[in-house]
Amino acid sequence: MKYVDEFRDPEKAKMLIDAINTITEQLEVSQQRPLQLMEFCGGHTHTIFRYGIEQMLPKSIELVHGPGCPVCVLPMGRVDDCVALAERPNVIFTTFGDAMRVPGSKKSLLQAKAEGADIRMVYSPLDALDLARKHPDKEVIFFALGFETTMPSTALTVLQAEQECIKNFSLFCNHITTVPTIKAILDSPDMKIDGFLAPGHVSMVVGTRPFDFVAETYKKPIVVTGFEPLDILQSIWMLLQQLNENRHDVENQYARIVPENGNEPAMDALTKVFELREFFEWRGLGSIDHSGVKMREVFAAFDAEQKFSVPNLKIADPKSCQCGEVLKGVIRPWECKVFANQCNPETPMGALMVSTEGACAAYYNYGNLDELLQKKEAVNA
Amino acid sequence: MTTQAVVNLRQRSGKCNADTITMAHGSGGKAMRDLIDDVFVRAFDNVELNKLEDQARFDLNTLTALGDRLAMTTDSYVVDPLFFPGGDIGKLAVTGTVNDLAVGGAKPLYLTCAMIIEEGMAVADLRTIAASMRQTADLAGVKIVTGDTKVVPRGAADKLFINTAGVGVIPAGINISADRARAGDVVVINGYIGDHGAAIVDARGDMALQNTIETDCQPLNSLITAMLAVCPDIHCMRDATRGGIATVLNEFAQSSHVGIRLKETAIPIRDEVRGMCEILGLDPLYLANEGKIVAVIPAHAADQVIELMRAHPDGRHSSIIAEVVEKPESRVILSTLFGGERIVDMLVGEQLPRIC
Repeated sequence: MKYVDEFRDPEKAKMLIDAINTITEQLEVSQQRPLQLMEFCGGHTHTIFRYGIEQMLPKSIELVHGPGCPVCVLPMGRVDDCVALAERPNVIFTTFGDAMRVPGSKKSLLQAKAEGADIRMVYSPLDALDLARKHPDKEVIFFALGFETTMPSTALTVLQAEQECIKNFSLFCNHITTVPTIKAILDSPDMKIDGFLAPGHVSMVVGTRPFDFVAETYKKPIVVTGFEPLDILQSIWMLLQQLNENRHDVENQYARIVPENGNEPAMDALTKVFELREFFEWRGLGSIDHSGVKMREVFAAFDAEQKFSVPNLKIADPKSCQCGEVLKGVIRPWECKVFANQCNPETPMGALMVSTEGACAAYYNYGNLDELLQKKEAVNA
Repeated sequence: MTTQAVVNLRQRSGKCNADTITMAHGSGGKAMRDLIDDVFVRAFDNVELNKLEDQARFDLNTLTALGDRLAMTTDSYVVDPLFFPGGDIGKLAVTGTVNDLAVGGAKPLYLTCAMIIEEGMAVADLRTIAASMRQTADLAGVKIVTGDTKVVPRGAADKLFINTAGVGVIPAGINISADRARAGDVVVINGYIGDHGAAIVDARGDMALQNTIETDCQPLNSLITAMLAVCPDIHCMRDATRGGIATVLNEFAQSSHVGIRLKETAIPIRDEVRGMCEILGLDPLYLANEGKIVAVIPAHAADQVIELMRAHPDGRHSSIIAEVVEKPESRVILSTLFGGERIVDMLVGEQLPRIC
């Protein structure tokens, strides 16, 4: 398939793996301890597991799977709010499919749907707006979720609704931002990450400059990375090059998509509709300042949180979950106390088991579970 | 008009003039009888059914002449929408049950047909579906010999649910079972994966995609008979419906306590289906099929079987997709086209709601 197969060429992969092996052998630090490289984005995590990239890398490189899966990091209290909105009479609640299974404190959206709430899966906020046009007697609420990647499409949908004077459409806004979260990880005292693969599609919107602080302030190399398997391998090689040359720069591997300054019309729409929240709660990481956005006051008519009351309760993560430590690379997913026993994809307890993009779910689904459980036993013994 | 003709007419008018189904069509009275006569009996039309007894009756000697074991299966069909590119719920209801018999090595013979109809359904749609069932039954060489009709109030079912049960006979010497895969065997498939699942997603229209993918829904008994003729010792065989080929391969690996090494580059898949999976984030290994068999056969028979399958209209794109190995036991490993490896597990939850 054109524009896909070129980025999955096994011959080129072999060349990159050879280059990665060579450079890793030259790196002094990798002789003493494993190098930890973090891919922030859940899309990268998915590619890494789907193509078996981890097993292709030298043992001295450890990939740490970061918090960039918006479905995973959604706190339980917000899921409860979704359920409360969806269970209101005369509401059609629309959501991306992935979010249906995220557990709330009592139930997920999937369970609420089974109990009779009108919850529909959509692939774009514009589909939700279309439902609002078709059902003028119902309130159509869109569960807005995701990083800067999905923010512009939500913002443009709100602007479209405003232009068409559609009054029965609103957003339950749970959009989150990348930069404060990477900063929170970098500020964490137990952080051991040597370099970052920056999210390619977030960068397509915001550009590469917002990541300058990683290189300048924290002196860590960072490479904006695409989502095909060759993109990932090339970016890992670029990070290793930087480490080998003692550089810490922001580099752009995904230049075919990501302009340095991002996408101006998208940023305009985003800024017009949203403003930063003072803080936002993350499952696994706790509260992070300025890590979420809300709708500006002028768009209150489209804001489900202002239009309807939501319980807005803070529900603590289950104590036994170690998602935070996994997200920061302090422990590996399979080292978590509840991995694969109490916490599994059927009954996820922690953030990272929820979506297929979550690190724990990826290990559970694609890893060699028997081997991992043996390793876990050995560690605990 | 003679007196007898009037009696006949009063007994069985045989004509359903209604446009839509109402509760009366399930009441057990004349409206129901007319519906059954005019829509179902007229379409299915065969000696066993036309007797309209409460059960179909078969001559045992005729059955035993065909083999030494009876095979029986049942399946319910709740697909939404009822009509989709390349098929409809009627075609699916016959195909699915015929294939469930055929993959056990049985010659499918007779089907039942139970209809649960939501009031308000268009009678014209029922006629189309019944005609499609007959056409598919003819294609597969089976007869629909008994049935049942229920009508439920609006909202109690989604337009139409069909249950079909099937009976077939397994010839002596055929022994196909999920626990017979052995290291050294190879796994074959009769063509492109995921067409049915993709067609259903597309037909639902939820995703606003414009595609031309048609379901692969087709009876496979003719192909399977041909395969058994050249290789009576097929070890395992299932049709890869819900859960896709990944699920079937896991079932074989677990029942036989073997490993299965799947080669991504060998799996036949249409560009349109691959493209849709790329866009929607679906894994085609788990997409439903309705006309695909996955069979484990001894390696020495592989060339002959594949050659025969490719010469058959239902197997033109057949391919050897995997080999059976000793270790890792009960696991399916995919060698990715990128050169890596990953485990292909059973699906947790579902990729798509209600596909067939």
